[in-house]
Formats: sequence, structure tokens, C-alpha cells
Amino acid sequence: MNKLKKLTKQTLFLPIFCMLLVMLVNVIYDAACGNFAFSFFSISLRNGVLYGRLIDVLNRGSEVAILAVGMTLVVSSSAGTDISVGSVMSLSAAMCCMLLAGFGVSSANELQVPLVVGLLAGIFLGCVCGAFNGFLVAYLDIQPMVATLILFSAARAVGLLLCNNLIVYIRDKSFKVLGGYLGFIPTPIIIAAVCVAVTTILLKKTALGLYIQSVGINKKASRIAGLNSRKIILLCYIICGLCAGIAGIVNASRISSADTNNIGLNYELDAILAVALGGNSLGGGKFNLAGSIIGAYTIQAITTTLYAIGVSSDQAPVYKAVIVIIIVAVQAPPFKQYMSKRAAKRALARG
Amino acid sequence: MKKKLAVLGIAASMCVSMCAAPMSVQAAEDDVLTIGFAQVGHESDWRTASTKSCQDVFSAENGYDLQFVDCDNDSAVQLEAVRGFIEQEVDYIIIDPIVSTGWDTVLTECEDAGIPVIVIDRTIDDSDKYAAWVGSNFKTEGLAAGEWLKAYAAEKGIEEINALVIEGTNGSSAQIGRTEGFKEIADAEGWTILDSQDGNFDQATGQEVMESYCKSYEGKFNVVVCQNDNEAFGAMDAMTAAGVTYGVEGDVILVSFDACTAGLEYVKSGDINADFECNPLAAPFVEEVIKQLEAGETPEKEVYMEEHWYVNEDILSEITVDGVAQPLTVVTDEIIEAQY
Repeated sequence: MNKLKKLTKQTLFLPIFCMLLVMLVNVIYDAACGNFAFSFFSISLRNGVLYGRLIDVLNRGSEVAILAVGMTLVVSSSAGTDISVGSVMSLSAAMCCMLLAGFGVSSANELQVPLVVGLLAGIFLGCVCGAFNGFLVAYLDIQPMVATLILFSAARAVGLLLCNNLIVYIRDKSFKVLGGYLGFIPTPIIIAAVCVAVTTILLKKTALGLYIQSVGINKKASRIAGLNSRKIILLCYIICGLCAGIAGIVNASRISSADTNNIGLNYELDAILAVALGGNSLGGGKFNLAGSIIGAYTIQAITTTLYAIGVSSDQAPVYKAVIVIIIVAVQAPPFKQYMSKRAAKRALARG
Repeated sequence: MKKKLAVLGIAASMCVSMCAAPMSVQAAEDDVLTIGFAQVGHESDWRTASTKSCQDVFSAENGYDLQFVDCDNDSAVQLEAVRGFIEQEVDYIIIDPIVSTGWDTVLTECEDAGIPVIVIDRTIDDSDKYAAWVGSNFKTEGLAAGEWLKAYAAEKGIEEINALVIEGTNGSSAQIGRTEGFKEIADAEGWTILDSQDGNFDQATGQEVMESYCKSYEGKFNVVVCQNDNEAFGAMDAMTAAGVTYGVEGDVILVSFDACTAGLEYVKSGDINADFECNPLAAPFVEEVIKQLEAGETPEKEVYMEEHWYVNEDILSEITVDGVAQPLTVVTDEIIEAQY
């Protein structure tokens, strides 16, 4: 009993529990259909690459996971959300593909500039967007949602200008690698893993993680204690922009084109939801990066599950909403209080 | 100080937005026809082709003055654009309606101002105060796909059809018509439609849906129908990754709609078996309607555009859709060159 209690008190217990819950639905569904009950988890090598629903979840969830890294830091430091990440994704992809194909070209068989130049330019533009957001929030004290609303609406439009209102196709094998396979592993999984690993090392091995949390908990006190609060908030937004840039390019490479209208559409909401599902308070302060990442993959697991079960897609958002409501409600402080009170009452009655 | 700055900022932004608002252009000389075109947006190659078709046909050389507004998929902007055209006293208004309802008031305003409205592509359901509608018959496209598959299966000796459908955005007229048309033939022929899910007309979603299909219906399907080319591109990627062969040489027959240039290239290479065109070049048909109106004639209320059915193999020459024989076109380099 005590052991169970200790387990449930762990910070990551609820996010992991939610993830398992979603997977359980798959097991039950497969069993009910008379399939092998754990077919959701079966991973095989096919065509020389990893194949299976679990791989799909990891692969397709990469973009949201990358975004969640940046979003977690932004939420923690500035107690607000960056709602421009989806649009910035599309802008970065547009910039990258425009450079690779040349302006006004809708389909390029040969790269106009070296691949690295295009990728770096796209990612750099993401950083610039992040810096712009960060400047507005940190130095002009504009509310994060209002500040990022500017690029939320403008970035996609700028992307369309860059692409001359066309879907730019890059028919070059090297560009496809980022969204395809490296060896037998889907590349997006590797990219997401690297992003998470680098950020974790940065947060754990330097004092940055501590600084971000202290700025998020109390900006004034941190400044008096000698931290440059504004600079730290700016940095968080730049990292968020960087993540959006990377995610945008991964997404573009997946479909080997810059589909500016669709890339990153509604991703900002998924990224924010991932942070919330991870058990992080949207009010800033303490954060748990691992929780956000698990949250991101939970969202993708829900989507993949709905596809697997064959829920008619116009009704899918309803199921998604129901699951999200349950997950968020279970994690809400009043619910936790209620549960602990009940447990205390029971202990009292027994004792 | 801060407050003053804020007020200044707001005032400045208002000035800018007012200057940016469409300035009223006086109706030009008598022999030039001014045409206002409120386009949906620029979300796909198809849309871009549609826009370009209008810009080419209603050019200054051809004696037109085209006022073009890109509404960026915002129906409020579109209504504003149409009202702007009324103020500018244009001669004709072309609308590709973003939504199918809520048009009666503004169309009445057009009527009061004596400006004929021509609707293209998508439909207006709650008003008939327009001169003509020019567009595609999506159900015919769906029926054609079904009829082609029937004839193709018979030719190839395929007895059982197990189809997977990746639909377009739910509720769009293209999705409704194509689904209805294909299903009509499928029901009549006793084909199995294993699953039918929304692919949102884009490549990434098409890829994701197909990835899931490959796992759910492994080895059980032999036909995949994608309701536009972008979805088909995504489905092709997903099937390649899953080791499913498709197209002329493969196990799975791949059928697509729209027939944009990139789509036709894949038909030629044999990756897509058949592609059913949705013609974006409405402008020549619209010009025809305008000429009739100028001459004082009454045009037909519904003008269906001519569309082509493209295939890879030269084994069938025509199919019968709704009792009308229609030719099948084998894709060649010249056809791809000529396509928008």
C-alpha cells in the first residue's frame, strides 16, 4: 500500500499513467476484434525499416515533442504560451524550401543552394521569430499571448509570400532524409531525441534550468538576486523559435514540400496541451520537461488510436476532447485534494 | 508616457490599415470591362491555377480591368471584398464562395446595384440571385472513377474489389460528390469499401491515414482511392514505407482526383493508375457567360466545365458515365506540358 502511494506521488506518475491508459484502449480494442491483443506494440523490420503502430506514434509525435521542449521553457519562464509556433514552423519550412528551389519555382529537381544552407536559413529564421517574440515579452512587457499573436497571424502569410503562394516541391532525395529514414530508424525520432537530450544536458549541467524556474516563480525576486530576468525570458523564446524552426523543416521534409497553408496548422495547441498533460502548471515556475515530452506522445497516441479504431474522422475531435478532459481533470489540484481527503477519511474510519 | 505611446501606436496602425484598404477605382473607359474577383485563397496548386486562369483571360490586353482580392479563406473578408466591388461600381463580380450560405443579403445588394454575379467552383446554397454558376460536377467525377475501375477490373480479370478511400475535407462539395459517385458504383457492383477516412486534402494527413490503413488492413485491400492528388502523394509515401506495391506494376490500384501537373507525372510513370480531372480553368467559361450577358442573352444557370479522365495504360478507350460515353486520355509528355 505504501509502495503504491509512493509511486502515485511521483511527478511523472500521472503523465505516464495517462499514456498507458490510451494504450490500454488499443489492447482492449484489438482483443475485442479478435486480433492479437498486443498488436499495437508489435514492432518489426519491414522493407529494411522499423514498422509498427508504436513507431508511428514516436515518428508522427516528433514535431509536437520538439515544440513541447521550447514551449515548456516559455511557459515556465514567462507564465504564458507562445501561440506562434505553428505559424513559425510553416515560415521556416517556406524559407528553407524557397532557398532550395529558388524563388517562384514550384517544383525543383535540383537544389539551388547546398542543403545545409537551406536548413540553417530556415532554422535561423525560426530563431529570429523567437527573438522577436521574446523581445516583445521580456523587454516591452507585453502579455505573451498578445505578443505572439502577431506572428501567429503574420508568419504564415510571410511564408506564403516567400513561396509565391505555391506549394514548393523539392524532389531531391537528400532533402527527404530528414522526414524519412536514417538507416532503419525514422529520422524525426532521432531529431526529437537529440533535441530533448541537448536541452536536458543544458538544463541539468548548467544553472539555466534553475534560473528559468526562479524567473518563472518570481521575476522581481530573481532580478534582485542578481539574475537578468529579461535576458532569460528572451533566451527561452529564442529556444522556442529554434524548436519551431526544426519542427517545421522536419514536417516539410516528410512531405518533401513546403505546403505553407497546412504545415504546423493547430500545432501550437497540441504543444500547449502537451505541456499541460505533462503535469506542468501553465502559470509558470517549476517545470518538468520529461512530462511535456510524454504529453506530446500521448496526444499522438490518441490520434493514432483513433485512426486504428477507425473512428470516423469528423467525430474524432469529440473523442479526443473527452480523453483530454479526463486526463486534465485527473491532474487538476482540486481533484487531487479530493482524492487525498477521501483516502484520509478512509484511513480514519479504518483506524 | 507609456499610455501616450500606446495611443500613438494605435492611431498609426489605424492610418496604415485605412490606407491599405482598397481604394475606390473609378470605372474605366467604356470599352474596358471592370471585373471584380473574390478568390477563396491560395491553399493549393489547383487554386493558384484557377487564379492564374482568371488573370490570363481577364487581362488588360483582352480589354478587361481585373480587380483581384485574395480572401485567404476568410468568409468575412470575402463579403467585404464583394461590397468593395459594389462601391467601385465594377461591371461584373466573380465569386468563388468560401462558405455556401449567408450570401442572400450581399447578393441582393449586387442585384440592386445592377451588377451581375458569376459564381465559380464552389456553390451558393441559400440564394439564387446570381447570373450563372460555372464549375465541376463532382458526382460525375466520382461516377467516372467507379466506371473506370469497373471496366479496368473486367479487363484485367480482377474479381474482388476491396477498396480503401481517403476522403477530402469533410463537408466540402468535392468530398460529398466524389464519395457519393464512387459509392453508387461500388454498391451496384458489390465492392467492399473497407474504410473511408478524412485526409483533409493534404499530403501529410493522407500519409498518416494510409500509414494506419496499411496496418489495419494489411494484405486485405487492392484499391486505394484518394480524393485529391496531394493525398495520393502522401499515400504513395506511406505504402512505399510499408512495402506495399502500387500503380500499374503493383498489387494495389491507385486512383486519384484533380489531375494537377505533379499528379499527371505520376500517372505517366505508372504510380497512379488513373487520375480524374477537376478543371480549375474556369475563366474561359466565365468569359463566355459574360459575352452572353453583354449581348443581352440569358446564360444557362449551371455551366459544367469539360473535364478529362487520365490513365496510364492504353487498354480502354472510353467509359460510359451516366449513359454518356467519355474518352480516356493516356498521359504523355505533351499533356503534362499543357496542363496548368
